[in-house]
Amino acid sequence: MMMEISPKRRVVNAVMLSLSGICTALVIGVLFFILGYLLWHGASSLNLAFFTKLPKPSGETGGGMANAIVGSGKVLLIAALIGVPIGFLAGVYLAEYSGRMFAFCLRYTVDLLNGVPSIVIGIVAYALVVRPMKHFSALAGGVALGIMMIPIAVRTTEEFLRAIPNSMREAALALGATKAKTIFSVVIPAAISGLLSGLMLNLARVAGETAPLLFTALGNMFWSHGWLRPIATLPVMIYNYAIAPEEDLHQQAWAAGFVLLALVLVINVTARMIIARGPAGSRR
Amino acid sequence: MATPQRQQILSEPVTPIPDTAESAKMTASSKLNARNLNFYYGSFQALHGIGIDISSNKITAFIGPSGCGKSTFLRTMNRMNEALRNTRVEGDLRLDGEDLFSMDVTDVRRRVGMVFQKSNPFPKTIFDNVAYGLRVNGIHKKSIVDDAVERSLQHAALWAEVKDKLQKPASALSGGQQQRLCIARALAVEPEVLLLDEPCSALDPIATLKIEELLFQIKDITTIVIVTHNMQQAARLADYTGFFLMGKLIEFDDTKKIFQNPARKETEDYVTGRFG
Repeated sequence: MMMEISPKRRVVNAVMLSLSGICTALVIGVLFFILGYLLWHGASSLNLAFFTKLPKPSGETGGGMANAIVGSGKVLLIAALIGVPIGFLAGVYLAEYSGRMFAFCLRYTVDLLNGVPSIVIGIVAYALVVRPMKHFSALAGGVALGIMMIPIAVRTTEEFLRAIPNSMREAALALGATKAKTIFSVVIPAAISGLLSGLMLNLARVAGETAPLLFTALGNMFWSHGWLRPIATLPVMIYNYAIAPEEDLHQQAWAAGFVLLALVLVINVTARMIIARGPAGSRR
Repeated sequence: MATPQRQQILSEPVTPIPDTAESAKMTASSKLNARNLNFYYGSFQALHGIGIDISSNKITAFIGPSGCGKSTFLRTMNRMNEALRNTRVEGDLRLDGEDLFSMDVTDVRRRVGMVFQKSNPFPKTIFDNVAYGLRVNGIHKKSIVDDAVERSLQHAALWAEVKDKLQKPASALSGGQQQRLCIARALAVEPEVLLLDEPCSALDPIATLKIEELLFQIKDITTIVIVTHNMQQAARLADYTGFFLMGKLIEFDDTKKIFQNPARKETEDYVTGRFG
């Protein structure tokens, strides 16, 4: 029997199609607006000095953010050293060892941790590191970002390990490999491209965090030597310069925002390329 | 329609071989002996009182409809089912007269190798796939590993095809080659028993024939147990054939007898295609 499509259904269909189309365009539009706006303001104030010079004292123009670029790198390094091993090994446990009930509880806890506002994580790092050591430091900032990395590290590790078919594990077990050997010599190598890209996306996500760094890393107008002193980072620098009255500092903040976004985009694209390449067959 | 028959099968104690513990003593040529073996997935009993003697250096085939327990029994023989949660095994299973369930599990799996239904090469090179079992068992000396890899690939009738591309990824091989690679990988640790779980079900007839030929060749060096859905394959290949139905070993005998003059009606119905 042929069904006549009523005019009403045609109209509803057309309205829904255009609504979802408009919203899609809005999503893309917002991204390109931000990109364009940053490019417009940021790129124009970007110059070599931005990457090589220290910030100038207030009142003088010029200078750069070399210390904040290096500082962000140092804080991220500490964060990765803390967050990645903990999150990765917990993810291995979750995917390979834990019982169903415990896994449910653990996953729920991790999701809760992921939902904790970043400013609260900053307070925790302040209480754990800054208070006992009596001063702000790169270490404290790294601890704060490291805690923020844990939940994503756990969940991405779990997901990429679960994606490895069970037949791989059985093949290794059937050859007399122990469970730990199976995990570390077959399952993890098979998932390595996913795990690496998960790590990079995780880094990209915390690279832009500002709130937890405000009262842990604090900021610094000069080079910060070692790991135990206040240190400049790009997000905090943007915050400080954006609320300063001088127009010159606003321009520097735009440039810093542009550099930060470019950095995050580069990390993202690299991660996608690692995923697309898939597991390398020739790797041992 | 088949219900009355099924009821009868369930209520009947079917074990064609005496199931007392004393008779579990090894017969001269048998490699694996099961007595009164029960297996449970949670509360579901998948194997009912299996008793069997599997002969050394012979090919033993298990046939039966899907879900009859033949794969479950196969996976019990290298304790692979222990990797699954919520499973339980009861009864007696011996390898060379030694209690399989009290042996070290990795030792059992090294001595009783397994090839799976779907070929599952590791995402590594051809060479590293075959060498894997040696390396996890602590053998790293290059000359020994090289020799074992070549010998295993030759046994698996794959050497001629891959000898020039040992460092290529295993995923570059065809389906049939991958399955032969998995057989080579299993043979590299020189297992005393090789279990194969429908190894040809995803392969074309030519690849299947190659695997059957190589199994014939390697029964001199290992005892072979194969689960198959393909009755012609069992008839061509096996010295002995066991017929499973609803978790019971209905009949176990010379392959010729099973296919030409089975003792049980259920076996006859199945091998003549009237059932399952």
